[in-house]
Amino acid sequence: MTLLSGAIAVALALLGTALVLNVWRLVRGPSAADRVMALDTAYINTIALLVLLGIARDSALYFEAALLIALLGFVGTVALCKFVLRGDIVE
Amino acid sequence: MDATTLREAAIAALLLVGAAFALVGSIGLARLPDFYARLHGPTKATTLGVGATLLASALWFSGRDSGVSLHELLVAGFLFLTAPASAHLLASAALHLGVRERSRWLAPWPRRPAAPGAEHPLERPAHAPEDDDDTR
Repeated sequence: MTLLSGAIAVALALLGTALVLNVWRLVRGPSAADRVMALDTAYINTIALLVLLGIARDSALYFEAALLIALLGFVGTVALCKFVLRGDIVE
Repeated sequence: MDATTLREAAIAALLLVGAAFALVGSIGLARLPDFYARLHGPTKATTLGVGATLLASALWFSGRDSGVSLHELLVAGFLFLTAPASAHLLASAALHLGVRERSRWLAPWPRRPAAPGAEHPLERPAHAPEDDDDTR
């Protein structure tokens, strides 16, 4: 048990650092495509973070949130890319 | 070492590997020099990291009272399907915006001759102006 809780703590720290780096790229840019890509990476890292929290708390509730983020995050990335490409989402 | 210890060691290893890959992908996103190079980090390394983390979660919840738990693999399969599609859309959005690649990051093929003042074809000449990322 102590091995697993140590690994969970280390993985939480690594994923937190990854999210901070994503936010840095989101703020810095420089192009709009960079910002969309930073958001795309951030939602993928958030899925990993939620799954990790589900293991740490031993609760299956976090999985539903991770599934929702996986579905809606992809839709969001597609919508943002279409907005950059066309200047409009629904034509 | 009994089966429970072995399973927990496998979960711990998968979690560490997954988080390390996610971090490597995000470092690539933050540090690589131009957009088209940065696209590699999230689409490959981070997707693999999330896949390993989801595998660890499937292994963890399979040992609970409710039997084998495979619905984490649903998320992993969905991410593996959508990551190339979103990367393709991001690349076409960047092309539409006219984001340039950093010119001397890698020499295009056929390799261009060395710039005057540079010893190596990949090297930036000493007097060349710094072509920074274009801000749009």
